[in-house]
Amino acid sequence: MFTTIRSRIILIAVLVLVSVYNLLPREVTIRVRTETGAMKDTTVTIFPPNKGLDLKGGMHLGLELDESERVSTDPARDIDLALTILRKRIDEFGVAEPLIQKVGNNRIVVELAGIDDPNRAKAIVQQAAFLEFKITDETGALENVLPAMDRVIRRLGLDVGGTSPGVQQPSAVELLLGGGGTDSASTPQDTTGQDTIRVADNLLVRGTLAGLISTTGFVPGEYLVPETAYLRVDSLLRIPDVRRLLPRDLEFRWNFEPTDGGDAQRYRRLYVLQKDAIMNGEHLVDAQAGLDQVTNGPIVTFELDRTGGRRFGRLTQAHVGDYMAILLDNRVQGRPPVIQSRIDRRGQITLDGRSITEARDLALTLKAGALPIPLKIVEEIQVGASLGEDSKRAGMTAGLVGMLLVVIIMISYYHMAGAVAVLALGFYLLFTMGGLAAINATLTLPGLAGLVLSIGIAVDANVLIFERIREELALGKTVRLAIDEGFAHAMSAIVDSNISTILTAMFLFQFGTGPVKGFAVTLIMGILASMVTAIFVTRTFFMIWIDRKPAMTTLSI
Amino acid sequence: MRLFSNTHIDFLGYRRLAYWISAAIIIPGLMLIPVFGINYSVEFTGGTQVHIRTAEPGDVARMRQALSDNGVTGAEIIQFGSDTEFIIRARVAVEGADADNTQATVAAVSAALDAVIGADQWEVLEAAAVSPKVGGELRQKAFFAILLSFVAVLFYLWYRFEWRFGAAAVAATVHDILATVAFIAVFRIEVSLFVVGALLSVVGYSLNDTIVIFDRVRENLRRSKREDFVGILNDSINQTLPRTALTSGTSFAVLLALATLGGEVVRPFALVMLFGVAVGTYSSIFIASPVLLAIERRWPGAQVRGVKSPVPGTSSKRKRPQTVS
Repeated sequence: MFTTIRSRIILIAVLVLVSVYNLLPREVTIRVRTETGAMKDTTVTIFPPNKGLDLKGGMHLGLELDESERVSTDPARDIDLALTILRKRIDEFGVAEPLIQKVGNNRIVVELAGIDDPNRAKAIVQQAAFLEFKITDETGALENVLPAMDRVIRRLGLDVGGTSPGVQQPSAVELLLGGGGTDSASTPQDTTGQDTIRVADNLLVRGTLAGLISTTGFVPGEYLVPETAYLRVDSLLRIPDVRRLLPRDLEFRWNFEPTDGGDAQRYRRLYVLQKDAIMNGEHLVDAQAGLDQVTNGPIVTFELDRTGGRRFGRLTQAHVGDYMAILLDNRVQGRPPVIQSRIDRRGQITLDGRSITEARDLALTLKAGALPIPLKIVEEIQVGASLGEDSKRAGMTAGLVGMLLVVIIMISYYHMAGAVAVLALGFYLLFTMGGLAAINATLTLPGLAGLVLSIGIAVDANVLIFERIREELALGKTVRLAIDEGFAHAMSAIVDSNISTILTAMFLFQFGTGPVKGFAVTLIMGILASMVTAIFVTRTFFMIWIDRKPAMTTLSI
Repeated sequence: MRLFSNTHIDFLGYRRLAYWISAAIIIPGLMLIPVFGINYSVEFTGGTQVHIRTAEPGDVARMRQALSDNGVTGAEIIQFGSDTEFIIRARVAVEGADADNTQATVAAVSAALDAVIGADQWEVLEAAAVSPKVGGELRQKAFFAILLSFVAVLFYLWYRFEWRFGAAAVAATVHDILATVAFIAVFRIEVSLFVVGALLSVVGYSLNDTIVIFDRVRENLRRSKREDFVGILNDSINQTLPRTALTSGTSFAVLLALATLGGEVVRPFALVMLFGVAVGTYSSIFIASPVLLAIERRWPGAQVRGVKSPVPGTSSKRKRPQTVS
């Protein structure tokens, strides 16, 4: 096999063609959202091999199930479900070749290249998007128990407010921190920032629940709490002894955001709702963002499947005249509308005071389905595109200079044979890049460093061979024989040393994440390519060389 | 041009000196670790790191003040290359927050920077927020990756040579790892994933170098009798010396280019590799062979040493048929 120069050249040509083919620019169609909000398919050209986030900028997120609110009964199933849902959501988000994969058995890694709004991306990934419809309480249950609640609070010594942080702070802090994820599509950073200030004020607010909670008089089960007292009231209502006073089939829920009262003060609406939801997002088949024709505010219209529609129809008919709260991730959206007649498969959610972008994001997350359990970010790496550019340029410069140095050393040391090795180095680079593109590997900054490093190592195989040839020549062998023996003798050292390096690189690959994996892959591919070029390509060049000058008695080496 | 050809240096004669030199590098270096502690990056410790570029040269003292005003205490601010690039590292989350909640820290850091620099006057080049749990896992995984790669190489060399060679090669590699870790500790190089990658590359490089020499030892053992093991080792090292010099030279040249031109992110990697290549070359000559000798004296091998399974076509007597068209 491949003993003739012609067959060898054909094989090299095939390898070159395959490498070049894999490196050809590809056209990839991605979906992006245009200014007007419509989804549009756009074709972008991608130059293989893929570049990692550190070379082109983007965002890396590590996500795990957040079981602080709800404990998962089957984590393995929930993480798989979350993975599917995230795929759907991100697909709609419009990113070229996003990476969404499960790492280990409890973590999801999401990599989005070229993201310009990291907060929005985080919100889309994290939002549970758990949609529910609940009927508000009409029995005035809260008014009936308020005096009893205040008595409990007084007994616990909490009525002065802020003096017993032991009970209050946990829930306040929990709200402050846990709020980020469930706070819907608003930017988590902003809410967290504001809450920091709010908590400080809030723990100082005094007064009884009866003094802080007032009815609105319009919607049954709806109450107003001054925004400054929001966290305090929430903390108090969470105390088990207080909570117990409310009938079991009812629950407290807050509105998503504060509203302006008539008296320049801001209020937060508190709702008492029937615990059993009459419908949830499970049966949702479609959701679209739009503008309300009357108020011109953003809305999301949705459509339920047949079963859901039937059930929703039956229950809304039974509740005509009642008020229905729409909850997203346990926060009430807008004000509960009155059920005027039977609602079947279509309905709408009003999003007062929010942008059309948020409505669109909500529609797409609703459509993709709710996360079984909310996700928390355990790892976040965000690389600005400019750093990516800088790194790439520096890496390229270093690579070129390094290569130039190697070329100078090789040619000045081995003369003509060195030139052959340098030529082989060109093939080596082509094969490595082509190989990386072929297996769809991602080139990262460490990978680029690995590539530069492997240039130094790639010449090693040639050095081993050349030194061997020199030794054989020194023993007085003919040129042809010295070349044959040089290649043959160097073989075991090349194979053994390279396989050991591949072994260590494989462990690096196993353990590494993102960038390091890229480094390991580049190193392995580089070693394979260097073995092919040193053993096969360089050998072929030598064969051609001898063939051209059969009478050669001295070798330029 | 020829370098180191036909040398007859008694390398094994220097082995006691070499042991002392290695001990002098490794022991004080490792002893410094408890004193200074290893400078792990946030990937390993968990925490928040923000790499920013400001429009105007930034004032570190004012940034620090703004950060502690926002509840981020004890943040490190490092100037990175120029006076408009900074790395802000907060290992601990915002006070009172859950340690795993790195998001709150990110928010607090950007609020602080908005206040002191102005919202449009800075951009994030890179931001990382890693929970301590994830960082701990990573550290464990890195340790096991190095350990398991040793085991794998030991078995491979056992299969290809025999256990004495494998053990000596692994001993030399452990030496290199320890020396490199000492180097990292003494020069306070930040241990990021990238640097761990460098450490594993040092393992690969050092093994590579050692195996080339051992390959020659194996070959020379096949030719001559083993009475003079010291002589065989010395001959093998001398014969491979030109190759050792040249390969180290090219690797060094490339790494120097990376260290000087590759940019701030690549520099720690290149520095660790530079040291690793130097120490790897040294150890394959002055540590691996003496250790092999020591093992051989303690547990003498069979009469015929060397290869268990030669690569086909490499045995010294066989010639490959050559047809030239």
